[in-house]
Amino acid sequence: MHVTIPYVVAAALFGLGVYGVLRRRNAILVLMAVELMLNAVNLILVTADVSLQSALRGVPGEAWAAPNSQAGSGGVFALFVIVLAAAEVGVGLAIVLQYYRMRKAVAIDEVPLAEEQVTE
Amino acid sequence: MTVADILMIALGALAVGSGALVVTSTHLVRSGLYLVVSLGAIAGLYLVLGAELVAWVQVLVYVGAVVVLLLFAVMLTRAPVGPSTDLDRPIGPSALIGAGIGLGLAALFVDAFHWIEYPQRDPGTAERLGEQIFGTWVLPFEVLSILLLSALVGAIVLSRPDIGARPAPPVEEPEPDEPEDPEGPEEPEAPQDEEKDAEVPA
Repeated sequence: MHVTIPYVVAAALFGLGVYGVLRRRNAILVLMAVELMLNAVNLILVTADVSLQSALRGVPGEAWAAPNSQAGSGGVFALFVIVLAAAEVGVGLAIVLQYYRMRKAVAIDEVPLAEEQVTE
Repeated sequence: MTVADILMIALGALAVGSGALVVTSTHLVRSGLYLVVSLGAIAGLYLVLGAELVAWVQVLVYVGAVVVLLLFAVMLTRAPVGPSTDLDRPIGPSALIGAGIGLGLAALFVDAFHWIEYPQRDPGTAERLGEQIFGTWVLPFEVLSILLLSALVGAIVLSRPDIGARPAPPVEEPEPDEPEDPEGPEEPEAPQDEEKDAEVPA
């Protein structure tokens, strides 16, 4: 199995995510692009689990933490990132919906960053 | 070129193609549905790479919860059904930055891993992953559960205007909160729902 393929796919997905975050105006679409980037990172973690595990054959993994554990924790980290992404999307959508309730808009380039007197 | 390679190329092309449609589509809802295709293809890649549990968690949490949440948000913000022209900013340097990052990372990986053949992994079982989580990585796991709890509480506080302290305007206008109330009860549900699903993998 050639691990270059998933690595290149992950790089392309990350680039697409960066492009989406920079280009999109709608806050929900920005969140979707962020999801793409997080998935690219997950893909890299899982692929690294395959490639580095076979590179580190015979080396005890995480020996500093648990002496008898196996090498390769990419899947565990991918799970952690998935949970983080779920928390992020929950809080992010709460903010977006609250903003929509105040301003009736979801365009993020019209958000006033400085303190302004805006009547709700 | 083994079967795994061909599968990975096909699934990767599917993921990247629908990912490109996510960031270029002019329909909000179609963007969300292309995101489903992209995430599903990535779950297939996890399966080929031997991370079975991660693939099913991906389907469960991402396709099952996160995308549904995003589509609910699309509906709650009254997005238009047809194509909308104001979804994009003027292009500026964004395409250049995105392409630069993507191609740069790809070049880095190709340079690091060339075309080396790695042995196919045995499909990972939930048992091995569970040993790792509750053995080596138990402390990050606990920290993560506290983070999930605080995200849940934060989302509820954010979406309920009557909870947050609002001492500033004393007498002038008690009005502005009133018209917002009808939408109020709808919101804490969404983050909560998603938190429940998110607990499953952890």
